[in-house]
Amino acid sequence: MSQPTAVAKRSSFWARLHLRERIKDRDTAIYGVLLIVALAWPMATYFVTGSSFLTAQASHAGYWVLLAIGLNVVVGFAGLLDLGYAAFFAIGAYCYALFASFQLASSPLHHAFHLPFWLMLFVGMFVAAAAGAILGFPTLRLRGDYLAIVTLGFGEIVPQLFLNLDNWTGGINAIGSIDQPSLPAWITGPWAGVDTIQIIPNFNFSFDPVAYYVLVLIMITAAVILVTNLYRSRLGRAWMAIREDEVAAAAMGINTVTTKLLAFAIGASFSGFAGAYYGASFGLVSPDSFLFVVSITVLVMVVLGGMGNIPGVIVGAIAIYFVLNNLLVALPSNVESVANAVGLGSLNKSSGDWPGLGGEVQRLQFLLYGLILVGMMLLRPQGLFPSRVREQELKHDAVVEEETVAEQVPAR
Amino acid sequence: MSEQPRNDNILELTDLTKRFGGLLAVDSVSLQIRRGEVFALIGPNGAGKTTLFNSVTGLYQPTSGTVIFDGKNITGSKPHQVARLGIARTFQNIRLFDYMSALDNVRVGRHVRMHAKLWDSLFKLPRERREEERVTEEAMELLRFVGIGRQANKYARNLPYGQQRRLEIARALATEPKLLLLDEPAAGFTPQEKVELMQLVQKILARGITVFLIEHDMKVVMGISERIVVLDHGEKIADGPPEEVRKDRRVIEAYLGKSA
Repeated sequence: MSQPTAVAKRSSFWARLHLRERIKDRDTAIYGVLLIVALAWPMATYFVTGSSFLTAQASHAGYWVLLAIGLNVVVGFAGLLDLGYAAFFAIGAYCYALFASFQLASSPLHHAFHLPFWLMLFVGMFVAAAAGAILGFPTLRLRGDYLAIVTLGFGEIVPQLFLNLDNWTGGINAIGSIDQPSLPAWITGPWAGVDTIQIIPNFNFSFDPVAYYVLVLIMITAAVILVTNLYRSRLGRAWMAIREDEVAAAAMGINTVTTKLLAFAIGASFSGFAGAYYGASFGLVSPDSFLFVVSITVLVMVVLGGMGNIPGVIVGAIAIYFVLNNLLVALPSNVESVANAVGLGSLNKSSGDWPGLGGEVQRLQFLLYGLILVGMMLLRPQGLFPSRVREQELKHDAVVEEETVAEQVPAR
Repeated sequence: MSEQPRNDNILELTDLTKRFGGLLAVDSVSLQIRRGEVFALIGPNGAGKTTLFNSVTGLYQPTSGTVIFDGKNITGSKPHQVARLGIARTFQNIRLFDYMSALDNVRVGRHVRMHAKLWDSLFKLPRERREEERVTEEAMELLRFVGIGRQANKYARNLPYGQQRRLEIARALATEPKLLLLDEPAAGFTPQEKVELMQLVQKILARGITVFLIEHDMKVVMGISERIVVLDHGEKIADGPPEEVRKDRRVIEAYLGKSA
């Protein structure tokens, strides 16, 4: 108060950032936290654990985030239930794998291609989008459950196709030693376990976890910006209108077929994007990485995170990835050590039908996963961070239920 | 019946028929609506009024007959094509986008007159930004025009009933129609609201938009419409100015039953 002018000067800069209002807005706050954690992650985890293992894990979680963002366009925005989303992911991954490995040398083509990753990233995207449009064209006249069944069928067919076209794709033998992306220059430093900041010329990714992490972070950022732009555009409103009332949307001049087709194609393009990244980062693409369970896991991420809300979906993807790949994997040994600590160590030994406590927990892993999902949906049916619309809908349903109950009571 | 479309007729139906299995919902109805008039379609429940609307706007494919709008044959066109050509409508049971704000409902109506392509929206190009700003301004203007400017940010479903009807009209007007079809716009209104609705219809007319409405309330119909067509069991039984139609024997029979 003693120096009002100085305060005013300082606040004029800060006021323009609208920092206070932004922190109050839940979604902006989530984005902010996610961004800070994402930027600090490689360095922080390296200092704590002394290895880049957690960064590698985060880069794997990254492609799930991309998939969830893409499926959210189809399910969350346009309200089309797609149960075969992994098919587009497979198409993206195979698209890169075929044209960036020795695979095609042993195919009827007898010539191996080694196209650059950066090109194939976008080719994969367009091929997946085209596949989405081709699937969508005959099926989008169907509604609700019927569409879900057709997409389910598509999701089953595509991995089978890659499995059985074995003179092209290698079938069950998978496609291995896929090219790694390379860049003319790269910067490395303490975050990757190198003492000083160095510039590496002619850098090849060759399973460098930090490089993949940075790549996927950039891809996610781009995806979030593009999808947010779409959501707030003419097209985004058309998707919402179709989700709310298809007949009214058509009467307002929205071509429902092409609009739904666009949702399908754009959703698919993000999984094509993710597929190319997946092929490069694992260096191996096999038909059994794209089974039904992948589609369902992505759908769970979207629903649990908060359908229709991008930051919610990102958090949902990270949470489910963590549960599946850390919590459940580490659970048996954690349970064993707890048992030892409380003096029940004898339970850990296997005898007869009893596989030991750790073994038993391992057997129950997916039961526990199911219980976690059921529990989450009971506690927070709208998802972790729902879109405002979804929140309202569920609230309204509850109110309607109460009202109908109230109406029925005096009638009896 | 092969009349050439005259320029002063905005809508011409010729022998329009819609059959659902054994039910003849609309039975070879012919009518002409002149540019700039208020035209009413009345008739007892189940007379086929809404079916006729649906056949004009492309929700149903007519079984036979033709629909000529503004000199173009639009028989069998898709609903979005009809809307693009300039026919907008409201629904008997309000069909708003419940979980979108009133403003967004109207902006959806602008959709068909917007030009932003996928790339413009993806990268938020300046062209797209300007269009969005303009459309938001136009949508606000329309909300004020129907008298619910203050409700712009509320979800459509949270608006009171009368305002929902008004919002539906604003959404329809956003498509820049030449012809506006109102399906029972005064249903469930208080007398005061009905008066306000009639004023709103006059304001719409003053914008150069032809109004074609279905209405049950005789007072409303007689008050605002220049010509009336009466349907009964899918058949046209009368066509003319309100005074004439009111005295028509068949109309009285359709509404009150045959006198013994």
